Amino acid sequence: MKYKYNIGCSLDNLLGARDFIRQSLKKHVASEVTLNEIVLAIDEMCSNLMIHSHHCDPDHLLELTIKAEPKGNIVFEIMDDVTVFDINAFQEPTLDNLITVKRKGGLGIRLVKSIMDSIEYLNRNGKNVCRLTKRVD
Amino acid sequence: MVHIKRLQEDGADVLAIVGEIDASSSIDLDLAIAKSLSEGYTKILVDCSSLEYISSAGLGVFMSYIEEFREKNFRMVIFGMKEKVANTFNILGLDELLTIVPTKTEAKKKLSEV
Repeated sequence: MKYKYNIGCSLDNLLGARDFIRQSLKKHVASEVTLNEIVLAIDEMCSNLMIHSHHCDPDHLLELTIKAEPKGNIVFEIMDDVTVFDINAFQEPTLDNLITVKRKGGLGIRLVKSIMDSIEYLNRNGKNVCRLTKRVD
Repeated sequence: MVHIKRLQEDGADVLAIVGEIDASSSIDLDLAIAKSLSEGYTKILVDCSSLEYISSAGLGVFMSYIEEFREKNFRMVIFGMKEKVANTFNILGLDELLTIVPTKTEAKKKLSEV
């Protein structure tokens, strides 16, 4: 099964994107906790891209596709046409550092890396694709 | 969308979060805590029984107050989280840094501990 949703790069659109993911995956993910983790990881990726790559311009689009594979993998692709921000290369700050300097960034990337089984970046037809895979038992 | 209700019980300010906190709505949580502090409350209870979702932006708000609360000996206790929401805190180990208990009764007890 494949599901597709276009998201304008306004943070106000995150709620709609989360509802789309929940609706798309409710037949594929039995555990409410796991489903929430997945929704969280994609929400974090989208909000990161909206803020850091698209400066919250609602006219810019993120194309989200979700593919539920029969063998239990769920593959997410977020496609856009700006510079890739590779979270694999990002060294997230320690929790202690986040507290002492009162930074509010870096937690999202830590969450995505903890939740997803793989995070890859590729280029397709001149567009940047971030592919995230989650194994669901 | 999030709605934060406030009421006062036994000298503590109770913030009841209803809905979802994300990068768009985390400012509402930040403002609610800041307002509570500006009104002189030193004990804050955060009721999460109607919180359906929290992202890193919301977690970051709680974390940003840890140091200030420690320095001023203020107390903040979070209670009533659903399993899926508690799991988000646990993934990052924030359950070790914040005071989180299951019920309001336990939260009030925590507030009264010296």
